[in-house]
Amino acid sequence: MFQMSQTLLDYILFLADTNLILAQRNAEWCAHGPILEQDIAITNISLDLIGQARNFYQYAAIQLGNNTTEDTLAYLRKEREFKNLLLVELPNNDWAHTILRQFVYSVYAQLLYTKLSGCDDAQISAIAEKALKEVAYHVKWSGEWVIRLGDGTEESRWRMTKAIDNYWPYTGEFFIASDYEKDLFDIDLAVMKNAWEEKIKITFEEATLALPENIFMQRGGKQGIHTENLGYILTDLQYLQRAFPGAEW
Amino acid sequence: MRLHDFEKAFQEKIDKEIKIEPKDWMPDAYRKTNVRQISQHAHSEVVGMLPEGNWISRAPSLKRKAILIAKVQDEAGHGLYLYSAAETLGTSREQMISDLLSGKAKYSSIFNYPTLTWADMGAVGWLVDGAAILNQVMLCRTSYGPYARAMVRICKEESFHQRQGFESLLVLSKGTGEQKAMCQDAINRWWWPSLMMFGPKDSESTNSDQSMKWKIKRKTNDELRQAFVDMAAEQVKLLGMTLPDPELKWNEKRKHYDFGEINWEEFWSVVKGNGPCNKQRLEARNKAHKEGAWVREAALAHAAKKASREQRLEVRV
Repeated sequence: MFQMSQTLLDYILFLADTNLILAQRNAEWCAHGPILEQDIAITNISLDLIGQARNFYQYAAIQLGNNTTEDTLAYLRKEREFKNLLLVELPNNDWAHTILRQFVYSVYAQLLYTKLSGCDDAQISAIAEKALKEVAYHVKWSGEWVIRLGDGTEESRWRMTKAIDNYWPYTGEFFIASDYEKDLFDIDLAVMKNAWEEKIKITFEEATLALPENIFMQRGGKQGIHTENLGYILTDLQYLQRAFPGAEW
Repeated sequence: MRLHDFEKAFQEKIDKEIKIEPKDWMPDAYRKTNVRQISQHAHSEVVGMLPEGNWISRAPSLKRKAILIAKVQDEAGHGLYLYSAAETLGTSREQMISDLLSGKAKYSSIFNYPTLTWADMGAVGWLVDGAAILNQVMLCRTSYGPYARAMVRICKEESFHQRQGFESLLVLSKGTGEQKAMCQDAINRWWWPSLMMFGPKDSESTNSDQSMKWKIKRKTNDELRQAFVDMAAEQVKLLGMTLPDPELKWNEKRKHYDFGEINWEEFWSVVKGNGPCNKQRLEARNKAHKEGAWVREAALAHAAKKASREQRLEVRV
């Protein structure tokens, strides 16, 4: 049987964890959104991300064998084993922070999945291709909100600017290859970064927002060095599996 | 025609099972009753998102998490259809929501009970959605057209939710000792509040007679409650659990289950605002509304800017 390399496994978990943690954050809006229609929209995105996370976890679980399932991977690994991007574990804060995060992440995911859909791992390629349809909508939806908030009222503009100040330092990590990413697929992250900035810039211009420059970038998530937020997210997420070991739900 | 003739023609339509549509003449009281009932129903869907939303972050598996999110989202969707149906009667969604937030409008009291364990997700699906469906199936034939049509869509999704809830309890009922205990405990806590969902006894219900005549309702509170007890008393056997009512017993003569007296003091106490979560539910809705105000304003401001820019462009062309 084809033996998956540890690097590929780590990479799949990075993709799965990032989707799961962002889904978990977005789902916090469920029943608390600013208006019913947008409550539905943000929870829909959460559902899409859970679906993507499950596809990646299931793939990893098959490779790992030994009764590994999507749930043992999501529910029984610890803080230092999670490989998600730091950005996705940050608090929702307000609608502006949530929107800004979704937009910058989705534009990145769109570029990444486009590359992955052409990669030589048939399973990853298929998952990425399926996800792309959803991600295209996430980019559109969040981009429209960036424009509305940036070019809305004074307050919304101020909040959007705050969100950019606070969360921009966590976007650098997208394009810094982790150890396991380096030689995996033929993806040039520097080229991807330029494409990402181009795309963000067009939307920011319409939103009358400025693209920050020369910002110090935080990193660590991909290698399991997280912010203090992740421990609490996992405590919540994993509670039942930890309290009732081995139970079926 | 005189008012009396309008009323006569209206009742004739109802009697002939012709649906009443938004532009048709209708008595003021019919309009008011429908606005009250449909908006209460919409509010119940929206407030009902809170007790279930409470367990989304802690759902025990990825599959259960996805099912729960989708379910709560369906409820938001039901809220939207129902607000739209009520708006056809001339009351705006803003007005209805403001009545909810101020505490003037009611919503189903069941959502003033807390969801304490994961098993509550199953019990709410099985019992609360189960009770709601009996009411809603009847409402698919209610006399006001937009309400009846909204209910047809809602019923399809609700019966799916009920099956999901039951299935989730079934898994617990076959699980570990702790899971079985959790399942029984949830049934114990949700059983009586679910029976209360059908409202006061027929002999005490103030709105029933006129609503039956106008075919807004087609079955009385007690008839629906009995149908629910008969259904649940059978289904609980499949779970190997019991319903917390020592008086529950099949009555061969009536061909129905007999059941014990509801604690009406508790019922009225929760209606009046003293349930375990009345305050928290309303506070959560108010908080979301207040914190979302700047978002809604921004969306309006941006739409206005865009429209005025487009208008200027058109003038130039």
